[in-house]
Amino acid sequence: MGEMEELRKEAESLKDQITAARKTVQDTTLQEAAAGITAVGRVQLKTRKTLRGHLAKIYAMHWGADSTLCVSASQDGKLIVWDSITTNKVNAIPLKSSWVMTCAYAPSGNLVACGGLDNMCSIYNLKGKDGNVKVMRELAAHTGYLSCCRFLSDTEIITSSGDCTCVLWDIETGTEKTIFAGHLGDCMSLAVSPDFKFFISGACDFTAKLWDIREAQCRQTFSGHESDINAIGFFPNGNAVITGSDDATCKLYDLRADQELNTYQDSSIMCGVTSLAPSVSGRLLLAGYDDFNVNIWDTLKSERVGVLAGHDNRVSCIGVSSDGMACCTGSWDSFLKIWN
Amino acid sequence: MTIRTVRPNRVQHFRPRTHCFKKLEAMVVEMQDPNSGVKGSEQKLNVNTIPHVITGEDVIAWITTKMKTTPEEVQAFGTMLVAYGYIYPLQNHKKLVMCNDTSLYRFQTPYFWPTQNWVAEDSDYAIYLAKRNIRKKGMLEPYEQAHYNHLHDWLNHKWDFIVMQATEQYRAGKERKKPDRVVFDCQERAYWIVNRPPPRTHSAMDTGPERLIDPTADEKITFDAYRRMNLFYQQAIMRSKVKSSVSLGALAKYVTTYKNHDPFLAPCLPSNPWQTDNDTYWTYNMRRVDVPTKMRVERWSFSLFELLSDLRGRDDFKVFLKKEFSGENLAFWEAAEELKWGTASSMPSKAETIFKTFLVPGAPRWINIDGRTMGLTVKGLDHPHRYVLEAAQTHVFLLMKKDTFFRYLKSPVYKDSQKKALNPESHSFSPAQLEQNAQNRSPGIHPIILWQQEEEEKAKAAVASAPVDIKAMMSKIDRKK
Repeated sequence: MGEMEELRKEAESLKDQITAARKTVQDTTLQEAAAGITAVGRVQLKTRKTLRGHLAKIYAMHWGADSTLCVSASQDGKLIVWDSITTNKVNAIPLKSSWVMTCAYAPSGNLVACGGLDNMCSIYNLKGKDGNVKVMRELAAHTGYLSCCRFLSDTEIITSSGDCTCVLWDIETGTEKTIFAGHLGDCMSLAVSPDFKFFISGACDFTAKLWDIREAQCRQTFSGHESDINAIGFFPNGNAVITGSDDATCKLYDLRADQELNTYQDSSIMCGVTSLAPSVSGRLLLAGYDDFNVNIWDTLKSERVGVLAGHDNRVSCIGVSSDGMACCTGSWDSFLKIWN
Repeated sequence: MTIRTVRPNRVQHFRPRTHCFKKLEAMVVEMQDPNSGVKGSEQKLNVNTIPHVITGEDVIAWITTKMKTTPEEVQAFGTMLVAYGYIYPLQNHKKLVMCNDTSLYRFQTPYFWPTQNWVAEDSDYAIYLAKRNIRKKGMLEPYEQAHYNHLHDWLNHKWDFIVMQATEQYRAGKERKKPDRVVFDCQERAYWIVNRPPPRTHSAMDTGPERLIDPTADEKITFDAYRRMNLFYQQAIMRSKVKSSVSLGALAKYVTTYKNHDPFLAPCLPSNPWQTDNDTYWTYNMRRVDVPTKMRVERWSFSLFELLSDLRGRDDFKVFLKKEFSGENLAFWEAAEELKWGTASSMPSKAETIFKTFLVPGAPRWINIDGRTMGLTVKGLDHPHRYVLEAAQTHVFLLMKKDTFFRYLKSPVYKDSQKKALNPESHSFSPAQLEQNAQNRSPGIHPIILWQQEEEEKAKAAVASAPVDIKAMMSKIDRKK
């Protein structure tokens, strides 16, 4: 028992050392660094399209690599691929399990994936020979619900699960290539870096972890939130991470400085953040909250510069298209709205 | 199909949203302060007088003075209080919204607050519905009747107990004074509307699937776990940290550089297709366009990563490299990318081609990397895997970034691209034209055609970059002579 005590004391002292080391490199705040930059002014985005067709809560959506296709998953058991500019449904895929919680579009545009309470990630081939969309693979090995999945290519996909692990799968063989374990709570979301070398995961243990895909290790851990992290995303330059949590704040962490640089919070916001997406330049951060609204934050000035109000229920997912021209919000009121 | 999730602990049920409850409760307690809170009054409702009734307007006004924010925010906040069940409406009890008028509301008793540590269980709901059924048959609404039937089936084994509890509660209720009973009935009804919302009512207690981890469980950290943690912390301390001024500076620089390229902040030329339904912007920026737009060319100058990610930019870069006779670096980089993302079955053959074309001494497109990296790569190619070329690829990328990229930006090829680049005039559509646009929207080029074009290009490039057969060339020249 004495050894355990010693180890515990050592852990505490190391943690203190880390905090001290972080303080020494903290020579300026975001406010000072961004003081010279002009304010953005009020950003007004209007709903350009409403995508109707789902019959139940929409849990997730993801844009494809081109400018107009996106996929959405809803608990009515359907995965719908939309051509958002014409609001046509390109594909409506019926799912085996209706308890879906996430969906993803492959960068090549050939595959979509989804998963949820069935603990499996199902991959569908959109460009099948006879035109039908069929299940290509079912990746089953998780012991908890699938909270998020993201493609690296047509052959690899990363998933995060309620069993506290993230897994890198080889789609061709349907097996797990690497298991990223280390979180102490359900992993709720993940995001892949722009150069596809790293990914970050946010979990219910209030921390976000940066993982090296190749080395299969956790490189850095970011803490500071007071409640479950629901949403996570990379800043477009790949050097910073933004997290959104149930404690109603979003935090900006820098990878090279290894610490939190800024918190986006307001005393009038009390509901948790459910989803977030940065704009293409990184200047704007769009975050969806439990109070049915999406707030637009100016990342450098830490102020709210706009609100997207139009949904009648919780905004469950948000995404900015790859060319940055439009943002799509999906909500539990079963509609997707495209804003611009 | 079985759902293998284990049914979680009771207390955990509240976990997802508890954090904001503490703040909300502090606010609600303040609101009920007799001196500085919202003023309540007595109201007559169907013969009975109900005490402490507040109007929507008063609540909104109080929140506005307290929080000092915009009317939309206040409205949203008020609606949240109703959606969570802290305040309930007296009329229109199924619509959980805060109306900024004389609609009547009451504060919910703390017994029924969402943070209280008991779950709105199905058996409690069954008792509640049974009680109402006893009081007056046919009083249940259709959705409640549906719930009742379902619970009757599912909780059949406990049904005697449920009916007994319901009768007890009904009798106890009858002994209370009429006004108290009415108040309690309202409170209980509001509680169940929040926890078992009728169709088309949006209750904030609807939280979706529950989290698996129990937050109240003690953290049992084992000996091994401590050792691993300490190792991780030690590595973390030794990791070099960049000063925050450097990181923040980099962030600010990135944001400012890309500011004009962000469609949310700057207008796109000629016009944003989402706003005007005119596809010209996308046609000008397609993959294979003879003349790219000015913004696109500008973006290529931001970093080598941007230049290579945009395939049109890569083509331009290739033109430059051809003039300099140093195309092998980029060709190697592209080949390595294909190996990284390709299918596992193609890897051995691709690895061999790459070895023969780029790495073998005297190869037709030999790349100039340092001896150590070359040694490691060649050794790794014996057992090729996805990342076998990673070290060499990074080396080549850095070479291009530090040297070739800057020369490209100063080169006549790039300057030419800049000069010739399109700078389209911005569209100005009248409302009638906008309508026309919406109707005439074309579906665009079919992706299959684009894919075919790409395959043709790839085939042509492969032929062009294949090692030149000197003998064949010589014999052709001889024949010509």
